[in-house]
Amino acid sequence: MIVVAAGTNRIDPYLIPALDGVAYGLLVFVAASGLVFCFGVANILNLAHGMLYAIGGYTAAALLDGGWASLALALAVGVLAAAAAGVLLAGLLTPVATGNHLSQALLTFGVALAGGSLLVAGFGPDDPQVQVPAALEGSVLVAGHRYAAYRLVFIVVAALLAAALYLVVRRTRAGMLVRAAVDDAEMVACLGVSPARIRAGVLAAAGALAGAAGVLGAPIIGPGTDTADTVLLLSLVVVVLGGLGSMAGTLLAALAIGEIQTLGVALLPSAAPFLLFAAMAAVLAVRARGLVGNWRAA
Amino acid sequence: MRDEVIRRARGGIAALVLAGLVVAPWAVDDYTTSILARTLALALVGVSVALLTGVAGMPTLGQTAPYAAGAYACAVIGSRISDVGVVQLVVAAGAGAALAALTVPLVVHARGVIVLMITLAIGELAVILLGRWRSVTGGTDGLAGIPAVRPFWGLPPLASDQARYLYALVVVATLVGAVLVLLRTRAGLLLRAGRDDETRLRASGHRVPLHLSGAHIAAGAIAGAAGSLLVVVQQYISPADFGFDTSALLLLGVVIGGTASVGGALVGAALVIAARDWLFGALPGHAPLVLGALFVATVYLLPGGVDRARGRFRPPNAAAHQPDPPATHDQATVPELRR
Repeated sequence: MIVVAAGTNRIDPYLIPALDGVAYGLLVFVAASGLVFCFGVANILNLAHGMLYAIGGYTAAALLDGGWASLALALAVGVLAAAAAGVLLAGLLTPVATGNHLSQALLTFGVALAGGSLLVAGFGPDDPQVQVPAALEGSVLVAGHRYAAYRLVFIVVAALLAAALYLVVRRTRAGMLVRAAVDDAEMVACLGVSPARIRAGVLAAAGALAGAAGVLGAPIIGPGTDTADTVLLLSLVVVVLGGLGSMAGTLLAALAIGEIQTLGVALLPSAAPFLLFAAMAAVLAVRARGLVGNWRAA
Repeated sequence: MRDEVIRRARGGIAALVLAGLVVAPWAVDDYTTSILARTLALALVGVSVALLTGVAGMPTLGQTAPYAAGAYACAVIGSRISDVGVVQLVVAAGAGAALAALTVPLVVHARGVIVLMITLAIGELAVILLGRWRSVTGGTDGLAGIPAVRPFWGLPPLASDQARYLYALVVVATLVGAVLVLLRTRAGLLLRAGRDDETRLRASGHRVPLHLSGAHIAAGAIAGAAGSLLVVVQQYISPADFGFDTSALLLLGVVIGGTASVGGALVGAALVIAARDWLFGALPGHAPLVLGALFVATVYLLPGGVDRARGRFRPPNAAAHQPDPPATHDQATVPELRR
């Protein structure tokens, strides 16, 4: 990507990184919202979440050939495969007592380790190249700068996905059950909804979201051996920053992380990892009590 | 009566194991000795994990952060300022404690699975920092050629694998002994009490967050000291030594050992690390797959370890969910309190 620093405006050189930050942030939002559901509803720290994203990423790398049909196929296959992995995870977690976080975390880590190994065995140890649809391969002019067309379209698609997610959680019966389970899982169980089914459903939805993020975001955070770790870490930081109270909080946190990772790197190249630390420390210090209150209620 | 017999037997076994560890370097080859020494360092980190997870009730996946801080502080001191082991050990423990103190505000108000999540993020961010801060850490290439350590002023440098192993063994035994003694004092009692019933302890006027901060910093110091041992043993470190999988392996080892037992943590961590090293040698390429399956199998096969682990760390809302703890829970925790 070429940044033309010809503008007289002082903000101008930072426009492209800021736009990149929005794309990055929306990607992290879609990936992290799956982890938020897992954590908020099922109270499971799913350490295999990054692996679910990697499934989507590898699917995209394997199936995309530059056409629109391949993108649709990759999206369908990636979402289904990651959702199936989520259901498998829920099945493996069934015998583990609810509320036993240590065992759950260790089990999901084992699945992440084994799954990552299988992905590397299946797709090779090198980071594969991802081919975006030919129509989106070029760049477009944004306020006098050239910008990758795919990322611009990705911003729109991810924003639509976020809006759809909001509508599903707010307006549908499944979304209501999910919100009710966050507030009071025992009461939902009393209403006759099996907690095991909610858990399987939530893990499948988390897998589907991670898979969709993996396919669509493959040109941004591409599949590779480090992908699972990176996505898991970014999603965790989003959960820490955004809490579990609202989707708006998650979205804001994800966008903040996107800007830190792109605009932050452009402004203060050496300080970006410190910035993630500092953001986490600041948020936790400012609203430690409130945040824990939220989490405890969850 | 039975307790007395078990305690004696435990003491006897511990003495036997220690004697075996002292003579081990003369029974095996140099390579195995250096592997053993590295396992000792990791087992010491396991002790700090057990201190937080089992004793204080804050399950952690981030003890690699103070471990790394100690290791890099020791490596920098060792190659630029002093090759005296005591100095390196104190500096490394101080670095670990300082990092733990910095992260106290992040974890001290959280409980249960949230601590797990926050500490995991801290550990991962620490590894990223190590990779980026090239001028000090050498980036992902790591730091190599750290000169051999001399344990004390005037002593010769530790030139052989056996000597470095024995140095690590002495340090680990001393620190573990100190931890065991500390846990028998009032401080240990307060930590366990806070883990088992925080509300009651708060109501009786104890400052639980203060105790937890103290435990967190102490655990950081122990992990930092372990980092110094790693540097002494390997004379080379890189961010790969402090990855997320190391944290998870140590937590698994601590769970196998029974979460609140320091001796159990030592044995469990050593077992898990040894299993990993053996697997990576025996099955190149498929080791992570087998290791992952072992994680899953261990969770299923250790119902005892899993159940004991259950009451030993705070559920996010213990009061709301367990208004009336079952009788077995009481039996499990009361002897723990008396000790």
